Amino acid sequence: MKLSRPWTTLLAGLLVLAAAAAWAQPDLRRWIPLAKDGLHDPASPGTRQLQEPRDALARLAADGAGNQVRWVQALERGEIAPRANLLEGTEVRLREDDILLNLNGGTPIVRFPHRAHTLWLDCSNCHETPFVSKTGANKLDMRRILQGEQCGLCHGAVAFPLTECNRCHSVPRASRGGGPAAGHVPAAPKARP
Amino acid sequence: MIAAFARLAVLAALVAAAAFPASAEYGDVVLNHRSEAEGVRPVIFPHWFHRIRFRCKVCHSELGFRMRAGANVVTMKEIVDGKFCGMCHNGQIAWAPDRCDLCHSGRPGLKPGIQGGHSTLGPGVW
Ligand code: HEC
Ligand code: HEC
Ligand code: HEC
Repeated sequence: MKLSRPWTTLLAGLLVLAAAAAWAQPDLRRWIPLAKDGLHDPASPGTRQLQEPRDALARLAADGAGNQVRWVQALERGEIAPRANLLEGTEVRLREDDILLNLNGGTPIVRFPHRAHTLWLDCSNCHETPFVSKTGANKLDMRRILQGEQCGLCHGAVAFPLTECNRCHSVPRASRGGGPAAGHVPAAPKARP
Repeated sequence: MIAAFARLAVLAALVAAAAFPASAEYGDVVLNHRSEAEGVRPVIFPHWFHRIRFRCKVCHSELGFRMRAGANVVTMKEIVDGKFCGMCHNGQIAWAPDRCDLCHSGRPGLKPGIQGGHSTLGPGVW
C-alpha cells in the first residue's frame, strides 16, 4: 500500500507527538507543605526550617501511594544511599530468596521477597516475632494484617500501604497448582549486585 | 439504583481520599507523652526524611527503637545523654539537641502515634 503525502506527514507528526508525550511524562505527584499538613505548627519557627517532603521526594522513583516513592527501587537504582549500620561491629545481613504464601486461597498467590526486606531490615526485626523462621509455620491472616499486625505492622504505617493488593498478590494462580500452604523459592543463581 | 449510586459515591470519596491525602506525610510519628504537659510543642519524627539517610535496621535493630508508635518512652535527659534520638542528634552524626524547634514543631493537642498511615490511606479503617 502506498500512502499519499499528507497521510505520511500526519503519521510522522503523530509519532513525534507520541514520543514527546512518552518522554515528557508529567509528574503528577503532589506533597502537602509542612505548614498545611495538620501536624506541624505553622507558628513554630522550626516548621520553616525543616525540609519540605516535595523537595526531597520528587526526584525519587515514583509511586502512587504512601510517600509516593518506590523506596526499594530508589535504593536499588542508587537514588538514595541510606547507611546500613552506625556501629562498627554490626553484621549487615542480606537474604535473596522468595517465599510463596497463600497457595490455596482465592486471590493470586503472595510472593514475599526476602531481598527487598533485608535491604532495609535486619532478620531480628521479623524473626522470631512476629514471624517464626520456618516456611509454612506462620498463620497469616488478611484480617489481622488489616488491623496492623503481621505484614500490617509496617505496611500501612511506614512501608507501602495495604491498598496496593497486587503488589503482594502478584503470582497468578494458574501458574502454580494447589499443595502446601507456603513454598520456598531459592534465590536466582545470578544475584543482583 | 440508589444503592448503586451510594456505592459509587463511596468509591469516589475513597479515590479522592487516596489521591488527596488531607493530612501528614506518610509515616510521620508524633511523640507527645510529656512534651506538651511540660510546656513545649509535640515532637514530629519524619520517617521519610530519615530513611533517605538510614535503613530501618539502624534505628530498629542497632539502636533499639521498638517498632511500635508510643512504645519508646523518650525523655530529654536521655537524648542529651546520647540515647534514642540523641544517638545521632549529638552534634556529630546530626545537629545537637539544642535546636529545640526542629524536633518540637507540632501543633498543640496532637495525640502520640503514627500519622498519615493507617488512618488516611490503608484500608485499616474499613
Ligand atoms: C540514625 C540517626 C538518627 C536518629 C536515631 C534520629 N535522627 Fe533525626 N536526623 C538524623 C540526621 C542525619 C538528620 C539530618 C541532619 C542534617 O541535615 O544535618 C536528622 C534530621 C532530623 C530532623 C530535621 C529534618 C529536616 O527537615 O531537616 C528532625 C525533625 C529529626 N531528625 C528528628 C528526630 C527525632 C525526633 C528523633 C528521635 C525520635 C531522631 N530524629 C532520631 C539522624 C537521626
Ligand atoms: C532514624 C530512626 C528510624 C529509622 C531509620 C526508621 N525508624 Fe521506624 N520508628 C522510629 C521511631 C522514633 C518510631 C516511633 C517510636 C515511638 O513512637 O515510640 C518508629 C516507629 C516505627 C513503626 C511503628 C508504627 C506504628 O504504627 O506503631 C514502624 C512500623 C516503623 N517505625 C517501621 C520502620 C521502617 C519499615 C523503617 C525503614 C523503612 C523505619 N521504621 C526506619 C525511628 C526510625
Ligand atoms: C532530636 C530531637 C529533639 C530535640 C532537638 C529536642 N527535643 Fe525535647 N524531646 C524530644 C523527644 C523525642 C521527647 C519525648 C517526647 C514525648 O514523648 O513527649 C522530648 C521531650 C521533651 C520534654 C518533655 C519532658 C522531658 O524532659 O522529657 C521537654 C520539656 C523538652 N523535650 C524540651 C526540649 C528543649 C527545651 C529542647 C532544646 C534545648 C529540646 N527539647 C530539644 C526530642 C527532641
